Amino acid sequence: MQELGGISPSKRLEESARRDGACSLLETVGLTKDYPGIRALDEMNFKLNAGEVHVLFGENGAGKSTLISMLAGANMPTAGQILFNGNIVELAGVHAARELGISAVFQEFSLIPQMTIAENMFLGAEPTKKGFLQPKAQRENAKEILESLDFHLSPTTRVDNLTRAEQQMVEIAKAFRSNLSVLILDEPTASLTNHETEQLFKLINRLKTQNVGIIYITHRMAEIKEIGDRITILRDGKYIETVDARSSSEDKLVDLMTGREIGQIFPNINFEPGEMALEVDDLITIDGSVNGASVTVRRGEIVGFAGLVGSGKSKFAQACFGALDIESGSITFKGEKIAKPKTKAMLKRGFMYLPSDRRKDGLMMMRPARENISIASLDIAPFSKLGGVFLSKKGEAKIVDQLTERLNLSPRKSERDAGMFSGGNQQKLMLARSLTRKFDFIVFDEPTVGVDVGTRAAIYEFIAELCANGAAILLISSDLPEVLNLTNRAYVFYQGRIQAELVGEEITEENVLSNFFEKGPA
Amino acid sequence: MSSSTIAHPKPAQSFGTFLKRLFVKLGILPILLVIALVVFTSMSDNFMTSKNLMNVLRQSVYLTIVSMGQMLALLTGGFDLSVGTTLALTSVVGALTMATVYTAMPDAVWLAILLGCFAGIAAGTMIGVSNGIGVAFFGVSPFMMSLGMTSVGFGIALFLTGGVPVYGMPQSFGDTFGFGTFIGIPSPLYVAAIIAVLLYVFLYRTRFGRYFYAVGGNIKAAELSGINTRLTLFTTYVLCAALTAVAGMLLTARLDTGEANIGASMPLQSIAACVIAGVSMRGGVGRLESVIMGAIFIGLVQNGMNLARIESYLQTVVLGSLLILAVIADQIRLRYVASLKD
Repeated sequence: MQELGGISPSKRLEESARRDGACSLLETVGLTKDYPGIRALDEMNFKLNAGEVHVLFGENGAGKSTLISMLAGANMPTAGQILFNGNIVELAGVHAARELGISAVFQEFSLIPQMTIAENMFLGAEPTKKGFLQPKAQRENAKEILESLDFHLSPTTRVDNLTRAEQQMVEIAKAFRSNLSVLILDEPTASLTNHETEQLFKLINRLKTQNVGIIYITHRMAEIKEIGDRITILRDGKYIETVDARSSSEDKLVDLMTGREIGQIFPNINFEPGEMALEVDDLITIDGSVNGASVTVRRGEIVGFAGLVGSGKSKFAQACFGALDIESGSITFKGEKIAKPKTKAMLKRGFMYLPSDRRKDGLMMMRPARENISIASLDIAPFSKLGGVFLSKKGEAKIVDQLTERLNLSPRKSERDAGMFSGGNQQKLMLARSLTRKFDFIVFDEPTVGVDVGTRAAIYEFIAELCANGAAILLISSDLPEVLNLTNRAYVFYQGRIQAELVGEEITEENVLSNFFEKGPA
Repeated sequence: MSSSTIAHPKPAQSFGTFLKRLFVKLGILPILLVIALVVFTSMSDNFMTSKNLMNVLRQSVYLTIVSMGQMLALLTGGFDLSVGTTLALTSVVGALTMATVYTAMPDAVWLAILLGCFAGIAAGTMIGVSNGIGVAFFGVSPFMMSLGMTSVGFGIALFLTGGVPVYGMPQSFGDTFGFGTFIGIPSPLYVAAIIAVLLYVFLYRTRFGRYFYAVGGNIKAAELSGINTRLTLFTTYVLCAALTAVAGMLLTARLDTGEANIGASMPLQSIAACVIAGVSMRGGVGRLESVIMGAIFIGLVQNGMNLARIESYLQTVVLGSLLILAVIADQIRLRYVASLKD
């Protein structure tokens, strides 16, 4: 290529960026990232203005994470440029990005559990004097930052004593230890409750007034409407379009994201409550996380559990399943009184619990999809023969093949390691487990965390179908629209107890939310 | 070696990518094996002879059996450092029992052998029972548990013998299980083969075998899938010790004495055999066939170095380096797996 007037191409790029007038705070030009055999990001052009919330929107694997990892300095681009205030910058590492005021809060926290909040906030940039640490100065600085953010946390608390939401706050506070100009948030509300989400949004609005540019990744439509200014849609590693958040309809966004039309996300369900499946009276667990909760679930019902993280809604289901020790209370499953539930026996009785944390509790990431699907039913035909001792490879392969087809696993390779699938497809592997034998009662614990809209619709459809076939469904969710749209009855948990039971039309956002917290004296 | 599926390389792909895929699919072992064969064949004329190769197999039998046990521990996400002690304790108790019975009843040769083997294997297995109880029921880390048992077992073995080799076993024990052959094949090979077949069926044809992989793959997920994880962990260490004890009796037959000082190199060598064969230190990944190959590979290297007259002290340097190399290769492989995906 011929160079004009001895100016290098990169110089010209800078020039052109300046000529455009108000140069963006952060901009990428033709940013590309190749992994062997796959182009994760293809010629991405993205502009972030100061003082705006710019939402990145796309299905899992669309390239959002790749983009932000390069903007945060965690990854180097294969080709293309990153411009910061109109100047080309090379972000050689997270540290280099931090120097410029670009901080990212990833979904996976980078906190050291054994250290205090202050130690974590200043990790790698500890205040020192003549080479010695200044713990007091560090504590005071941390306190200042936390107070300015209105986070009610003590800098001397150890991180492992915090809830996930509080850890999220620390992670955000960490970004503020130096001057902040760009804040990147990757699905920050995935583990937050509505109240905490509100807090976060308030903070984001305040940052906007301070001219901080915010890149925000989320799958939740409601959040986009609430705080987004502009939305850039990505698909298959490519830039699709940047649209205004307020004037774009939900349908349009989904169409842009998927490249095809998806109808309504939530299916219509006709509930026909039948015989009693689970009846629990005054359940108390040994660890006190459930403290006197009574619940009933019938066949043909989808019963929702709402509540804050740590309100006991998950623990309740785990206790009934036998994964958590029970202190007192009575559990009746399909008319049979169960004194002390054990997971193995409960599975045999037709009780399935699908955990919320795929990575930690759900899947064997280094094992093939096939083994992950069949794991809970190896003791019965057709997975095994001769009294359930010897495996039947044929029987297993056949069922797994049927299930991957039914759930539309992509790619449909049952010998691929579970860890190699995208989040949505990993979730499908877990869902497939609920079809490996005749389950009458299935608990879905946060079934759509980190799952794209397309897969989400499929999961809802799947749940509705199970319900229509006469199974009793328990849906535990922190995503309020799920509870509002899918359930015919909902319990709201608060501190291990049931604060409210809502039926049918009563399940509204207001009714659910008003029961999330302690009720004042009536 | 992971059983992750690898797409057929397209012709357009570069040779480098092809090699990468091959490495991801097969691991480091085939590469090392080829290098070892080439190097040792060029260094000694006696290496590539059927007599010598049979010799390698016979010499590797003990390590092969121990490695199969070690693999179980690695599969469930732990390891067993006490295999050396297990070997020693088995040898000492087995030899003492056999010699005592033989002295009391010189005519009942086979009864002495039977009782001796039974006592030896039972004693060795007890180490595994202790490991299993500690790891599965008290949550002691496999490292601490098996390290502690190493000292306990070794102490008992020395205490029983006063540090002196145990003599007086019937001649036929060594003749049959140490030096015996059947249709030209050394008898210990048959024992190893039978164990390998049984273990293969157990691991890949029964659901309990699958549970080992599940517990190592994700113990929480296994628990929520109705698997008795404690029992699985307990069985792991008992089986590991039982297999090691069998190897211990075979070695005792070969040495014709009960020794408390055998097996010191076993923990390192057996872990090396597994890791070279692609068993993951994080658990849940590894194939029995590969582990057998891994153990034979180590035997091959030792034999080759002997023929090439490499000093035995230097040989331990080579073995340690091989282990580290294998772990590095495993790490690199993992990186490739993530980047290649299909």
